[in-house]
Amino acid sequence: MTLKYLVAGTLGAAMLSTTALADAHMAQGRDGNVNIIYWQAASIMNPYLSGGTKDLNASSMVIEPLAHYDETGAMVPTLVDEIPTVGNGGVSADLTSITWKLSEGLVWSDGSAVTSADVVFTANYCMDETGGCQQLAKFGDVESVEALDDLTVKITFTGPKPFPYGPFVGSTTPILQAAQFADCMGIAAPTCTDQNFGPIGTGPFTVTEFRANDAITLAANENYRDPSKPAFATVNFKGGGDAAAAGRAVLETGEFDYAWNLQLAPEILADMEAKGVGTVHSSFGPLVERLMINLTNPSAELGDERSTVAHPHPFMTDMAVRQALSMAIDRPLLVEIGYGQAGKVTCNVLPAPAIYDSPNNAGCEVQDIAGANALLDAAGWVMGADGVRAKDGVRLSILYQTSTNAVRQDFQALIKQWWSEIGVETELKNISGGVFFGGDQSSPDTFQKLFADLEMYANNFDGTDPEAYMGSWACDKIPSPENAWLGRNMPRHCDPAYDALVAEMAGTADLNERARLAIAMNDMLMQSYTIIPLVHRGNVSGVVNTLEGVRLNAWDSELWNIADWSRAE
Amino acid sequence: MTDTTNDATDDRKYRSLWGDVWSQFRSHRGAMIGSFVFIFILLAVAIGPYLWTLDPNYADVRNRNQGMSWGHPFGTDQLGHDMLAQVLQGGRISIAVGLTAMMLSLVLGTFIGVLAGYFKRLDGLLMRGTDLFLALPILPLLLVIIMLFRDTLRNMFGPETGIFILIVFIIGITSWMQTARIVRGDVLALKEREFILAANSIGTPSKRVISRHIMPNILSPIMVSATLGIATAIITESSLSFLGLGFPSDFPTWGRLLFDGTQRIAQAPSRVIWPGLAISLTVLSVNFIGDGLRDALDPRIRGR
Amino acid sequence: MLNFTLRRLMFTIPTLLLISFIIFIVLDLAPNDPTGNLPLTIPPEVRAKIRASLGLDAPMYIRYLLWCQQFFINEPLNLMNEWFGWCIGDCENRLRVSSWATRSPVVDLIAERMPQTLWVVGMSYVVGIMIALPIGVISAYKQYSWFDQAGTFVAMVGFSVPTFFTGVLLIVIFSVWMPNDSIFWLPSIYDTTHEVTDWSSFVFQIRQIAMPVMVLALYNAAQISRFMRASMLDNLSQDYVRTARAKGLREKSVLLVHVLRNSMIPVVTVIALGIPQVFGGAIITEQIFKVNGLGQLLIIGIEGADIPLVQTLTFLFAVLIVMFNLVADVLYGLLDPRIRYD
Repeated sequence: MTLKYLVAGTLGAAMLSTTALADAHMAQGRDGNVNIIYWQAASIMNPYLSGGTKDLNASSMVIEPLAHYDETGAMVPTLVDEIPTVGNGGVSADLTSITWKLSEGLVWSDGSAVTSADVVFTANYCMDETGGCQQLAKFGDVESVEALDDLTVKITFTGPKPFPYGPFVGSTTPILQAAQFADCMGIAAPTCTDQNFGPIGTGPFTVTEFRANDAITLAANENYRDPSKPAFATVNFKGGGDAAAAGRAVLETGEFDYAWNLQLAPEILADMEAKGVGTVHSSFGPLVERLMINLTNPSAELGDERSTVAHPHPFMTDMAVRQALSMAIDRPLLVEIGYGQAGKVTCNVLPAPAIYDSPNNAGCEVQDIAGANALLDAAGWVMGADGVRAKDGVRLSILYQTSTNAVRQDFQALIKQWWSEIGVETELKNISGGVFFGGDQSSPDTFQKLFADLEMYANNFDGTDPEAYMGSWACDKIPSPENAWLGRNMPRHCDPAYDALVAEMAGTADLNERARLAIAMNDMLMQSYTIIPLVHRGNVSGVVNTLEGVRLNAWDSELWNIADWSRAE
Repeated sequence: MTDTTNDATDDRKYRSLWGDVWSQFRSHRGAMIGSFVFIFILLAVAIGPYLWTLDPNYADVRNRNQGMSWGHPFGTDQLGHDMLAQVLQGGRISIAVGLTAMMLSLVLGTFIGVLAGYFKRLDGLLMRGTDLFLALPILPLLLVIIMLFRDTLRNMFGPETGIFILIVFIIGITSWMQTARIVRGDVLALKEREFILAANSIGTPSKRVISRHIMPNILSPIMVSATLGIATAIITESSLSFLGLGFPSDFPTWGRLLFDGTQRIAQAPSRVIWPGLAISLTVLSVNFIGDGLRDALDPRIRGR
Repeated sequence: MLNFTLRRLMFTIPTLLLISFIIFIVLDLAPNDPTGNLPLTIPPEVRAKIRASLGLDAPMYIRYLLWCQQFFINEPLNLMNEWFGWCIGDCENRLRVSSWATRSPVVDLIAERMPQTLWVVGMSYVVGIMIALPIGVISAYKQYSWFDQAGTFVAMVGFSVPTFFTGVLLIVIFSVWMPNDSIFWLPSIYDTTHEVTDWSSFVFQIRQIAMPVMVLALYNAAQISRFMRASMLDNLSQDYVRTARAKGLREKSVLLVHVLRNSMIPVVTVIALGIPQVFGGAIITEQIFKVNGLGQLLIIGIEGADIPLVQTLTFLFAVLIVMFNLVADVLYGLLDPRIRYD
């Protein structure tokens, strides 16, 4: 054996090993296991049977829609090559139909081909009246979904649909495999336990073990469309505990890699982050914590006509009172105490996407107690001996309700104190979330009945189009005994001019024009102080330092890009 | 008749039953210390808020999350509430809830336990009723009770008293079963003892047998139930408010102060130490008072 | 005694039926709603349809009878089918009691959670009893000794400091402050998928149950030791103890045979009342350590107004409560032969 041989041999071995390394570097499953903790455990992997955020996020690792929203709110193709628009002919000129074309060569995790029949099946699955599909609203105006060929699907709407991206965009409406769910239509849907716990999907992972309300184990999908992804071979998706415990497990002990929704007091979160094990990420969608004023009289003496439009509120109908209530609030302080980097001051009930954010209401960020007092004085509300203002025998005494939640109770305490400085007396009430948001007909404590003078909660909308959201403050959306308290117009706001704007938006396709209308509606609500926005809230998640590729997304599932996650060297 | 014999005895030797009990109680060191601590706590929460005049609900936001200082001896919470004022104010509600709910559950439990143990005919019915209450899921029951009665009581007694009555009622009604089962077990055994048989055979009415012979002999488990009951009531109250079923959030209670502080245990240990200490001291002192009372009321020990 | 037991068992059936009906009424009246925890983006009209699909628009008694049929007829038939392979009636499409949130059979969910519940809550109960009985006996025998005072102090602190506090305190000490490589470091999150197959996995299992078991055992021991002590004290001053000693019995047998046996009645009651609660889980401790046992299943069911799940779980607890109270009654008779039920 000569030296030459030896050198060549060593070089060759070295080269071999580098190529092997490179291969290993790009192979699926190269980074082992990733631990994710959701303090609310996932109960099912089928978003059509449970619309809870935890269930949506868990299922988004397995089943996918035609297109996703990215972290900026822009649509990105997932199972298609391009997003249909009027420009590329995908959306018909009269706005009544949209045609999606699936990418070539897509396969399910069991190896069979993804076809347009699966998409059609999914639409029928959800639109079955007896199935109790929780995403039915997404298919609200759909007239028919038909397969034009193996890869092409046409969705026809009952009328012009300026924003036709309801069905199959975002993780709320992923595609199910027709073969797997064929026997699960309608009333049979809840009985398909195996299917609902382990759906076959096109996503980066497949379910290996599902323990309802506890833990899910997932493994990389060998048939995933990108052979180099996902970088992780397995996912351990643990549920349970509370936000503080989840934060501790990621930011302090490093036992887990990713923690969802760390809604903790900012100083606690900052303290955890200071340990240096992980960081806190946040991103903002359209979620706004707000006060909803009751414009009708909630007095118990009215019996069945409590909080109905038949009886205007004795003092909340005075705009000076509503405006003074808003002026007395120190919003930056609320953000600082309650949300930290997960909150921003907002003066709009529609703060995002950016194009809809009204520039016309600036100024609410400055607390103005003196101004509020002057306003009430001018409106004839006279300070009484007990420190509470009154006019014509009506005292400014408010019952202020919200759901049970540590931050909300802190907000209640602070706001009560500020209002006492302008001569408004406040009684606080908090109601367990399941009751408050539950809408049970027999309970007097639901947020729709609003048997109080005002209430606080947060709301947002799915995706990026605010049409339905802004439409919820039209006259016909007022909850009342006649419509079984359905409807989301909590303030009982009714203005023909507003309704006209809602109708106009329903027929407008141009994005800039739609933005103008949405801003006009937002401004009407804000400038009449019917809704008092407090904080624009974001999502907060904890990510351990060794985890790379997380792009926190408030418009879609937080785990939307888990295929791109990897372990740092 | 007996009165005259009593009068005839030497006045200096005459001691009433309660006098005996008192002197025995006084000689019990733990009980005396317990009494002093308990009275101190009662005075502190009753008079304290008049001496320490900071408003427990005034949020001094600039001074939030402060450690101990002269201005705020116990520090401040995340909104700048003074913790000393909060602990004093919270003690009023916690002790009131703890004592009344404990009394309610004790009276109910003892009453049902004695009846079931002593009268065979009532036993089956009462014990199956106890089983039912043990089996009822507490949380949904609370939701129902709150839905049905919160607004009515609030209109009748105002928000604070109304919810107080409701919470005492709820804790009392859901915690008497253990006492009832324990008391019944003891009564079953006692009633076969010779002195009860003797009392029965000379025709003593049941009411008198129970009050003179049964009750004194089942005091110890009742005392234990009482001390454990106070702790349970204080803690249960805190989980109720945590679930949105308790007092409005601007009424601090020890249980809730401890719960809120637990999250910040590493950052501000004083947030948990003070309310935790207050609860533990109350329970400990009541326990020692109970010990002393039991010894004092037991004629066999009293004689020693 | 046998007669009594049989009579009581017969009486149990109508009692349990009545209890199940009352539980159903309470759950039905409760104002929380299965759609209450869904995101607000799901509009009210869709919520109404979801409720209808869960059968909530049917009258209360129909839904109760449906549950009775599913629970008392279909589930036992299904068990027979699974265990013995006997098939009676339509085995394929028999409707089982299904949870509304997970859409899966409740009985399977319960079975899935038994292991961690028994490991953590059951173990803590056993440990608690094993600590409490000796402490109670010694405390009473040496009343007001330093041992008694220390025992009293620990028991009272253990009982008055809630588990939500002790649990977090232990996590901060053993998971956060303790370095990760120390042998005293303990995991703060319970891994329910962990299986014990060899020595090292057994050690891991012990480590992961250590903290929740400590927390719960302290709480249980505090309570039981107090009752043990009080009852021993009562009996130590009785005449029969003096008689036994006068007869020259050894102190050990006086204490452990005569006094202990007569003191067990309240303790047996407390322990018997506690065993159903073992299966009921320890809601707060399970949440703190993410054990996800039966307690967590129940609380999730209650929060989500998952009536079939809560009804089934609560009813099973009711069965256990009735059974163990019967066991306690039988034990009374064995401990004190004078107690007669006839």
